Amino acid sequence: MKSLEELKAIRERMQSQVSMRGEDHSHTRVVVGMATCGIASGARPVLTKLSNLVQEKNLTDKISVTQTGCIGLCQYEPIVEVMEPGKPKVTYIKMTPEKAEEIVERHLIGGHVVDNYTLSSSDIK
Amino acid sequence: MYRSHVLVCGGTGCTSSGSQQIMETLKTEIEKNGLSEEVSVIQTGCHGLCALGPIMIIYPDATFYSMVKVEDIPEIVAEHLLKGRVVTRLLYKETVTPAGVKALIDTDFYKKQHRIALRNCGIINPEVIEEYIGTGGYEALGKVLTEMTPDDVIQCLLDSGLRGRGGGGFPTGLKWKLAKQNDADQKYVCCNADEGDPGAFMDRSILEGDPHAVLEAMAIAGYAIGASQGYIYVRAEYPIAVERLKIAIGQAREMGLLGKDIFSSGFDFDIDLRLGAGAFVCGEETALMTSIEGNRGEPRPRPPFPAQKGLFGKPTILNNVETYANIPQIILNGAAWFASMGTEKSKGTKVFALGGKIHNTGLVEIPMGTTLREVIEEIGGGIPNGKKFKAAQTGGPSGGCIPAEHFDIPIDYDNLISIGSMMGSGGLIVMDETDCMVDIAKFFLEFTVEESCGKCTPCRVGTKRMLEILTKITKGQAAMEDLDKLEELCYYIKENSLCGLGQTAPNPVLSTLRYFRDEYEAHIKEKRCPAGVCKALLSYRIDADKCRGCTLCARNCPNNAISGTVRNPHVIDQDKCIKCGACMEKCKFGAIYKK
Repeated sequence: MKSLEELKAIRERMQSQVSMRGEDHSHTRVVVGMATCGIASGARPVLTKLSNLVQEKNLTDKISVTQTGCIGLCQYEPIVEVMEPGKPKVTYIKMTPEKAEEIVERHLIGGHVVDNYTLSSSDIK
Repeated sequence: MYRSHVLVCGGTGCTSSGSQQIMETLKTEIEKNGLSEEVSVIQTGCHGLCALGPIMIIYPDATFYSMVKVEDIPEIVAEHLLKGRVVTRLLYKETVTPAGVKALIDTDFYKKQHRIALRNCGIINPEVIEEYIGTGGYEALGKVLTEMTPDDVIQCLLDSGLRGRGGGGFPTGLKWKLAKQNDADQKYVCCNADEGDPGAFMDRSILEGDPHAVLEAMAIAGYAIGASQGYIYVRAEYPIAVERLKIAIGQAREMGLLGKDIFSSGFDFDIDLRLGAGAFVCGEETALMTSIEGNRGEPRPRPPFPAQKGLFGKPTILNNVETYANIPQIILNGAAWFASMGTEKSKGTKVFALGGKIHNTGLVEIPMGTTLREVIEEIGGGIPNGKKFKAAQTGGPSGGCIPAEHFDIPIDYDNLISIGSMMGSGGLIVMDETDCMVDIAKFFLEFTVEESCGKCTPCRVGTKRMLEILTKITKGQAAMEDLDKLEELCYYIKENSLCGLGQTAPNPVLSTLRYFRDEYEAHIKEKRCPAGVCKALLSYRIDADKCRGCTLCARNCPNNAISGTVRNPHVIDQDKCIKCGACMEKCKFGAIYKK
């Protein structure tokens, strides 16, 4: 090791991975429905996409991406729920990896709910 | 990139309950379910809750599974990792509440802990240097080499108030300062990883869980005192620790964090391992250095102190593993941060190995000044089977016991000494009403007699004589004069022994005499062991009114000491009885009692 910059580069590369192992439950949770219905309609690529993006953008200290079981709206799977502390839960339906990318950019980073994809904007009222 | 990390404890405790097989099965199952690209399996160091091993934590949701078996793995993979459904039956009971799963940091065991020395244990993979760097590792070394002078480093340690965690409690900064002041062509930095106290295993856990923290701190020490070579003296009985240290040293050398011209500062430092054969006396600093030199591990008189003439006759500092593990954090966060924790004269935290009659056997790190009550009742989960607390033993064979009347004492170096015990390396053995204090003292004396190196007479002969008197007492053959002789011997050995081993060997006897003299007297005057432990002083009897004559006891007696006919009260032949207690355990009517 010849310089502090080298050390810093390794740290930055590793940090997002290691900080996933924190235990701060006050941060934003992104939950992907991964029951049989979810998996069948393609939830896994969505989950990996979300998880990778959050790590690539060094957001693991603020955001955790996890799975959950069936929430009962199987025809709208894959479903992604975003739970920010102190804000109402946002439910996105019929997700794809591409839509997931948009949600990371606009919602998780930008702070604006992507209305087109939410459950409340869809037909069921 | 992995979406989930599965951390499996690879400490000695969990390894012996099968965590290696769990790791392997886990990897196969993950492969089978096609999750290899998404889930990473990481072997970590000790989490502290050794009683509940093997332990597994799944991130990012921090689900804590305890007592996991190989058979549980397919379910965990299929349910939790694939579908995100927590396997509730395997959860650590403390985290399960009616309102859902509670975070681990909110459980009684972890709530009051503050982890500095253990901060990476159970979090990172100790065999991957990048993981250590990812949590800020080697930044303290970088800071020291590029921004601080050796005097700054020493001043920082002095200001932090860090004291030696191996037992003595000598201020670490002062030790370094003395070694720096002595000019020499070569100086040495040693790490005492010869953890010998029965029941203490924090050093092993740190070496197994976070070996780089020790290497980094030793390099910092080398820079501060002007040494280019370090030695870690570790016991050969710690194979996992030795293996991980070897890996860590190899990786640090490869990355240039050990070796020549570290961080282009012109500072050279390297570390080698020396394996100890397990003699308790080699934990004493002069004996340890003699052993590193390749000689028989025997102590020598001080002065000269190691800071003047230590290893190979050169100025040397010797610190304990836990002490080192604190140092990178002190450098990074500042002396004031460290000094803000603890009591007036004992700063920071201390790791304790909880053992004996306590629910949560394991490793805990608490701020100095935490009371014994908090440690035992809250963190430790209290005493099992509704038994009453009698005493806690700290400091192993060099320490003493803390009786119930001092249950609320804030734990720090000076408080423990004032009540006749000592911090020691941090073993904390909890005893309840069924433990005999004379027997405990005898146990520790047996250990010291075995481990005395024999170089000086007070220790070699004196401890042997003490043990003989204690044996007489437990057999009911002693007179009150023996008690006086025992006490006199204690003071004589304390004052005249060559090294710490002998000087502290009488402590278990002195402190039990101080708080439990009545138990000693009961053994001598009434030929009775109040706790019912000392076999020679008790006999098993059958209550004729309660005995139904079921013959179960007679059939289970290994020495055919019980006679009687069916449906008639049985009798124990006291000459034949070997006092094993098998009959009492088997009796369904509570008819057998100890007297």
